[in-house]
Amino acid sequence: MSLRVSELRVYYRTLKGEVRALDGMSFDLADGEIIGLVGESGCGKSTLGKSLIRMDGRMHHVGGSVELDGKELPIADDRRMNDFRFKEVSLIPQYAMSALNPTRKIRKMVGELLKSRGAALDAAELERRMDQVGLPREVLDRYPIELSGGMKQRMVMVISTLLDPSLLIADEVTSALDVSTQKAVARALLGFRDSGYVKSMIFVTHDLALTHHIADTIMVMYAGKLAEKAPAHVIVKAPRHPYTKLLLDSLPEVGVRYSERRLEGIAGSPPSLLHPPAGCRFRDRCPLAGDECAEEPPAVEIAPAHHVACWKA
Amino acid sequence: MTTLQEVAPRERAGVRREALYFAVRNGKLMTGLGIVLALLLLGMIGPLLVDAAPNQYGPQPMSPPSGEYWLGTTTFGQDIFAQFVHGLRSTFAVGVIGGGIAAVIGMVVGFVAGYLGGIVDEVLNMLTNIILVIPTLAVLLIINAYLGIRSVAVQGLFIGLTQWPWAARAIRAQTFSLRTREFVDLARMSGSGTGRIIAREVAPNMSSYLFMTFILLFGGSVLIASSLDFIGLGPTEGVSLGLMLQNSTQWSALQLGMWWWFVPPGAAITAIVGALYVANVGLDEVFNPKLRET
Amino acid sequence: MRRYFGRKLLIYGLTFFVAVTVNWMIPRFMPGDPVASMVARANVARPEAVEAMRAYYNNLFGFDQSLWQQYVNFWGALFQGDFGLSIWLFPTPVSDVILGAVPYTLALIIPSVLLSWVVGNQFGAYAARRKLLDNTVLPVGYVLTAMPYMWLALLLAWSLGVIGGVFPVAGGYSFSMRPHWSWTFVLDLLHHWTLPFLSLFLVALGGWAIGMRNMIIYELESDYSNYLSALGAPSRLIRRYAFRNAVLPQITGLALQLGVLVAGALVTEIVFAYPGLGSLILNAIKNKDFFLLQGSFLFIVLGVLIANFIIDIVYVVVDPRTRAGMAGAQA
Repeated sequence: MSLRVSELRVYYRTLKGEVRALDGMSFDLADGEIIGLVGESGCGKSTLGKSLIRMDGRMHHVGGSVELDGKELPIADDRRMNDFRFKEVSLIPQYAMSALNPTRKIRKMVGELLKSRGAALDAAELERRMDQVGLPREVLDRYPIELSGGMKQRMVMVISTLLDPSLLIADEVTSALDVSTQKAVARALLGFRDSGYVKSMIFVTHDLALTHHIADTIMVMYAGKLAEKAPAHVIVKAPRHPYTKLLLDSLPEVGVRYSERRLEGIAGSPPSLLHPPAGCRFRDRCPLAGDECAEEPPAVEIAPAHHVACWKA
Repeated sequence: MTTLQEVAPRERAGVRREALYFAVRNGKLMTGLGIVLALLLLGMIGPLLVDAAPNQYGPQPMSPPSGEYWLGTTTFGQDIFAQFVHGLRSTFAVGVIGGGIAAVIGMVVGFVAGYLGGIVDEVLNMLTNIILVIPTLAVLLIINAYLGIRSVAVQGLFIGLTQWPWAARAIRAQTFSLRTREFVDLARMSGSGTGRIIAREVAPNMSSYLFMTFILLFGGSVLIASSLDFIGLGPTEGVSLGLMLQNSTQWSALQLGMWWWFVPPGAAITAIVGALYVANVGLDEVFNPKLRET
Repeated sequence: MRRYFGRKLLIYGLTFFVAVTVNWMIPRFMPGDPVASMVARANVARPEAVEAMRAYYNNLFGFDQSLWQQYVNFWGALFQGDFGLSIWLFPTPVSDVILGAVPYTLALIIPSVLLSWVVGNQFGAYAARRKLLDNTVLPVGYVLTAMPYMWLALLLAWSLGVIGGVFPVAGGYSFSMRPHWSWTFVLDLLHHWTLPFLSLFLVALGGWAIGMRNMIIYELESDYSNYLSALGAPSRLIRRYAFRNAVLPQITGLALQLGVLVAGALVTEIVFAYPGLGSLILNAIKNKDFFLLQGSFLFIVLGVLIANFIIDIVYVVVDPRTRAGMAGAQA
């Protein structure tokens, strides 16, 4: 088992109180597995991604644990966590376009970064990996501003995985790209896994359709909690959680352009995580909600590798 | 693309309420505003408390601060406190007039250049850059020396006319980023004219930024005016803090050890300008949530 | 890069053109007869000097010629280094008077501006995001930058000069000395130079420290800093990158502040009766010596333009993006 997250709770401090962005998440990630993490904005998927590598100043760890390759990750301790970053856990950030220092040539920047982490730059290996994602070698002697958006994105992908981390978090890496580039990025990520550069991966996105092409398993989050987790084809073909079903229904049909047919989305909006309601958090928007939903549904494994947190599933 | 819906943006009233909430809790803003308002009040009320005209010669020259003359007297027996409170008025006046005129010009140039773009922007930008490079004080030296400045208002006017370029540049950049936003597009599609869009859509959305620009221009005007006064090109009628500094130097207050002559006016200018800067940092924290953390 | 410099040079050329034109226009279009008022206002007692001045001015302004011709002549004289004759020190040419004062001003302004910039940037960068230091550097910086230059000069002159007696408070060198090359004289120069330098340095220091602190905080919030942190890079490396990137706007800031710094130098010189351009301007105003004033104005504008251009060159050397021919510094 590569990653084991148990009952993880991470809250945001705000003036109005604690926002329970991540409120008791548990899941496992096997060696070689790619999990697609989907959900609406504010469902806690980015919080989960950040918690596993670097929490920002307003986040704090309230409970639960994270175990990577049998070792506990000290996610609440920024300093101790440094030993794991890059080497064990790495990140391809959402802002890959602006993630490179604008006033350093890329070769120099990579060298300095590796040196600061006590690793030497293996130029041959770096160039091999660049070849793999189709980046010309001259890129190393350029400044980031001289590269196209797609090139910067691929460069960041290569840099992030250079130390062969066990876990890679790809945070909304495709949201700023056009469709054909999205596919290329997804293929490259699969290639990284297959070449053994990363053992396992969490692919955070709000794009369910793309996830399905890359992920082995899809995990749907809702309001800081796990809604459903199952092999990708099961989620797409036979979802059990009403929220997953609605998500799939809201996808456009093949061949229909987004602009021609307005996405209906799901009626209503997620509950405030400041004072989340008791019971199932999807209750107010759920077409199937009944009396038992006043009680919080546990995540149950209803079929092998298929977890659902719903009384009606 | 199969994008899920994003969270709706917060309405403006809520933002305003939040800003007020942070404003009254911001130490920097409250301290800065407090100092400025206290000095403003002193400038408003002070002249009513002293009977002596600020430049009237008195019977007790060169006396240090005492119960009778709170800030002492000059070589000519003038009451320094009387000069000080009148000088405060001039300082605020020159700040408001100079800063106000510069802000208005800067806004007009910045909005028009940033919103229209193209050749208009090119020309205005060139003009801005040219005036930006010319050292303000040097130009004012020439103008004031030839024309002879009589009143604080005229001094403020010329300061305003020379000080706007950096504000125009900053506002232009802001406008540039706003003009492609949805609400501006919407206004344009609904047939609103340029002036109307700028006044109704662009300006309100950067009102906090404009206010902060004005504060900086105010402070800058006060400092330039005091330098002009000090060189001897201040208003010939009236009193100002800069003129007090000039007189103290001209009549050797330094060598005579009359510290009470030159310390108060400089301290007041420093306090006003410094408090404005600090208040500005506070405002920045209020309006820019990213800076609030620390 | 050629485009960048071409644009800059065009702006500077136009600026100089505007400055010269303003300089030419103001005395001609101001109300009244400039020659009469100038001669009348001049504090010259000797009648033969007054007559010489009147003849000189009438000839110089060339009022019998067309405005256009006057304007062309004005430029012609300028290119020959002819700024007219000083009234205050009649009949010394204005250019000679100014050239005598310029070295003192430069000796004051160059070290104080460069040193305050370097030291202020270090302070600011060091203070950013370090609570305790930030809480001292920030207020002190704001007080310093809000001070009128002449006031800090007065305070220093009073405390260290009049009361402390450590430094002289007037002149560029002792009254008892004549300028010559010797150690005693150089030491005397330095002794007189210290206080004006210090007051210029300190006021400017505050501004740079605050500017740098704010820029560094902005850079530390930026995406590349976050990315490096996520990859576990030590804060030493991140701060080094942030400093490097924050210095670039500070260089632009240096160009923008030149006018203010020159103004500061002028009033500081006046406090210390330092024999540079500031004292010259004061005397020009007192003696209604408009030619000297106008000459000083053109010299200052020219100096600021040259300094701007030097800063532009430095910027290109320091910012790789302008060299790479991509975006970068604003024109």
